[in-house]
Amino acid sequence: MATTATITKNNWWNGGKSPFNVEYGKLMMWYFLMSDTFTFGAFLISYGTIRFSSNYWPNPNVVFNAFPGMGHANLPLAFVSLMTFILIMSSVTMVLAVHSGHHGDKRGVVKWLAWTIVGGFAFLGCQAWEWTHLITGEHAVLVGNQLDVIGQTTHVNPWGQHANVAVVTEALKNTPHDILVKVVGIHNHELPHEQLAKMTDDQLRGMINVAEMHISETGPVAFGGFFYGITGFHGFHVFSGVIINIVMLIMAQQNVFERRGHYLMVEKAGLYWHFVDLVWVFVFLCFYLI
Amino acid sequence: MEHNTQFAEVTHHHEPSEGTGRIWKTFWILLGITIIELAFGFTMYAFPGMPAWLHLFIKGVICILSLAKAFYIVSIFMHLGDEIRNLIMTIVVPLMLFVWFIGAFLWDGNSYRTMRNRYDKYKEERTLPRHEQAGDTTQHGFGG
Repeated sequence: MATTATITKNNWWNGGKSPFNVEYGKLMMWYFLMSDTFTFGAFLISYGTIRFSSNYWPNPNVVFNAFPGMGHANLPLAFVSLMTFILIMSSVTMVLAVHSGHHGDKRGVVKWLAWTIVGGFAFLGCQAWEWTHLITGEHAVLVGNQLDVIGQTTHVNPWGQHANVAVVTEALKNTPHDILVKVVGIHNHELPHEQLAKMTDDQLRGMINVAEMHISETGPVAFGGFFYGITGFHGFHVFSGVIINIVMLIMAQQNVFERRGHYLMVEKAGLYWHFVDLVWVFVFLCFYLI
Repeated sequence: MEHNTQFAEVTHHHEPSEGTGRIWKTFWILLGITIIELAFGFTMYAFPGMPAWLHLFIKGVICILSLAKAFYIVSIFMHLGDEIRNLIMTIVVPLMLFVWFIGAFLWDGNSYRTMRNRYDKYKEERTLPRHEQAGDTTQHGFGG
């Protein structure tokens, strides 16, 4: 009998036991995450394909250089670093919640899950600010044969190459009054909008220093679609992760797991949450770093 | 036959680790790698005049560092490293498809760009970065 026991101990495929030694739900969570990896992978690879097929692509350090409350200060990558830190930190609090679950420590689970939820909301808040900033940002851009003031949307990208000064000077002549008011307003914060609107076109043109303004052409249209599509899909995962964590928090608080005798459900939610952090590693890599 | 009934469904319990030292160590590793990545990112921003191969090399290093981060998250935070080898393999082996996936599609994109530059000179003139137009325009650095 003793020999049978030692033989079967390491042989997981003899039947009668779970060969992967994990609970069904956890195994299926792993397979779901693997398939989700391919979904995200396909999105990021299609973005890569388009980037490789383009002669020019905007520099992320130029696109993502704003920080809340810092006005027009040029702070490349600072805000996205903060977002990355928030997500890593919330991953740590999640793994601490799972750790507390292993020891059946309900108070620990509740405490760390709560911090994870706070981190999730902080990240979503940051993303909301970033999107708003990109969409509503006003950039003077050469569009066709005139200037326009645009933000980053899914159908236009304001971060093309620097336009030729002579071409911009020519384009300035074709630019209508309301756009001229906006272009002057971007750099001139002293005069109120109403006062600028009353000026003549020639007065406004005189206030625009074409050589100093570094006006760009429009950039690749695909930029917006990929950026909002992929970060949006990731943000949706973060949001659903926060919802799942809230459900876990309530269930832990109601002693559901204590009555079951284990916190496996928190582990599965943890897997999902870490996956969200994992995807961010690659979103961060593809959109902001390289 | 009878010995089957002696084994419960789960025959081996994961020993819960006692301390949280490993978690915090992983946190510091992830933070450190992220800071190194950002330092490389800023280097590329601060020295726009660096040669194209160096630019590409730094991007490659950043990619490898990101893979290291992914390894730590999956292995330590998601505890995949503590699972049975067969389970690890059913997750990791299908991911090998990415080797082809990434290689084939980036190659495709690059080939499209090269061919379009060769046959559509108008497009090339409009989109190629100005400082690169003087030299060879078919095989410069990848992806803008």
